[in-house]
Amino acid sequence: MRKQMIDSVSKVIAENENTSLFLVDIGVWGFRDVLKNYSERAINCGIFEDGMISIAAGMSLSGITPFIYGISPFILGRAYDQLKLDFCYQKLAGNFITTGAAYDFSKLGYSHYCPEDIELARTMPGLEFIAAGTPKEFEILFNSTWNDGNPTYYRLSNYCNKFDAKVAFGKAAVIKKGSKGVVIAVSTMLDSVIEACGDEDVTILYYTTLVPFDGITLRENLVNEKILLCEPHFEGALLPAIIDSVKDCAVKIKCVGVPRKINRNYGTKIEKDICFGLIDKDIRLEIRKFFNN
Amino acid sequence: MNLDEMNEKCRQLKLKTLQMCVKAGYGHVTSAFSCSEILVALYYNLMNIDKNNPSWEERDRFVMSKNHASIMLYPVFEDLGWINQNDLNDFGQDDSLLGGHSKMSIVGVDFAGGSLGIGLGVACGMAYGNKADGKSLKTYCIIGDGECYEGSIWESAMFAGHNKLSNLVVFLDRNRLCMTAVNENILSQESLFDKWRAFGWYVDRIDGHDIAKIISAVKKSFSENVEGKPVCIICDTIKGHGVDFMEDQVFMHGWVPKGEKAEIALKQLGGAENE
Repeated sequence: MRKQMIDSVSKVIAENENTSLFLVDIGVWGFRDVLKNYSERAINCGIFEDGMISIAAGMSLSGITPFIYGISPFILGRAYDQLKLDFCYQKLAGNFITTGAAYDFSKLGYSHYCPEDIELARTMPGLEFIAAGTPKEFEILFNSTWNDGNPTYYRLSNYCNKFDAKVAFGKAAVIKKGSKGVVIAVSTMLDSVIEACGDEDVTILYYTTLVPFDGITLRENLVNEKILLCEPHFEGALLPAIIDSVKDCAVKIKCVGVPRKINRNYGTKIEKDICFGLIDKDIRLEIRKFFNN
Repeated sequence: MNLDEMNEKCRQLKLKTLQMCVKAGYGHVTSAFSCSEILVALYYNLMNIDKNNPSWEERDRFVMSKNHASIMLYPVFEDLGWINQNDLNDFGQDDSLLGGHSKMSIVGVDFAGGSLGIGLGVACGMAYGNKADGKSLKTYCIIGDGECYEGSIWESAMFAGHNKLSNLVVFLDRNRLCMTAVNENILSQESLFDKWRAFGWYVDRIDGHDIAKIISAVKKSFSENVEGKPVCIICDTIKGHGVDFMEDQVFMHGWVPKGEKAEIALKQLGGAENE
């Protein structure tokens, strides 16, 4: 997905003079041509995410749409105030692209994890949140949002789904329809959800735009008052959005996601998925328990 | 421990660090090797610690602010008997004690950072608290030059200078490289000496791979620093120091040699002859 991101951003920078790229000393190799060819507006700033986002906001006020690429906890967590005040409060256009997802950099420890990403983003009204599941999906969502005049956050992961779904900004995709209830697969959880559901008679909705949340599609497809939410970040992070969408309905909701605790383990991303019950067989058990009881 | 023994210790610790990282397939080796002599000077000469009681209340404190280099601390702690060889062998595994950035459950770790620019502030707080308590212990901290892009470094520097934290000694690992470029080409940082001095610090600049100079610079600061300023020793270093093809290379941040390259690197650190 990172390669697609580099291709997409590079194309935009090349074709639009009123854009700029800021790197916090990562992605320099991938963006080497852009840094060389458009050096006046494509910059490796060094390691200061918070100050850099303020600088990007200043450029946005000058009519230049900035793109910032960094590691998720250092953009969303460390520079939270700058995102909130410099972009959301001022209603400025800006594009914040991060790598690392919840714990892609698993061996580097907790400082490099960001399972709280969507929850942090949801506290900043006006910030769009995109979490594509594949490179192709990223391309589609990126092309339809980067120039929409809003601050937009793009969550990249090294662990993509195998197949592209038909995605559109602000819309959930209906992967299949069933009668027992709804399974919501968020971003890179889709593969596991499809595998886990097997031939269970459930509806699968796929979300790649997390803010704004498409409550209409959820409401239209709500069956049997049951929703199983599968997220690649903190479990239940999208619960407020779901409740808001179905607040006049009696529903049972079950959440599967990253446990809400500080994770002090190292190891691989896959080992964490296994530990947290985020693999096919564990999700399958949850589905069977939830929809067949 | 005399100087020759410390230099030999440094080689052994570098070798163990590299072995650990080669086995695991990851680790910020080059960043660790630029500050390895500083760590040896600290743990085998300068710091007042009790090998038999690593939690001794009156011990000097250490903060590895550029915490991706904490991988070099693990062999030090193993050598001091605070963790064991099995811990090194398990580096990076799911349930292991040790990983790419340290954590507080490791005996010997006084603070576990990982987000750059944070450790110095914590070190300032330790020094301030200990000074307020009338304790004589010192706080040592290693920061990276790339880390000096973070504004929080300068906020902390201003705090320490204003409060005359003479019990705080900072080593600035000036290896000149960030992750992907030469610092001076990204955003010029010099003159670091003048900048730290302007923030109210006692400043010295030395060869960061010369253990004798590291020790004498710190001791000199204690005797010369009559104004009670915090101490910043700017250490000119080489990223990846000790393995020729890893020295002073961009794009080797977080890189670990494999296969034949690993064998060459281990051999250069005396691995083949001394294993």
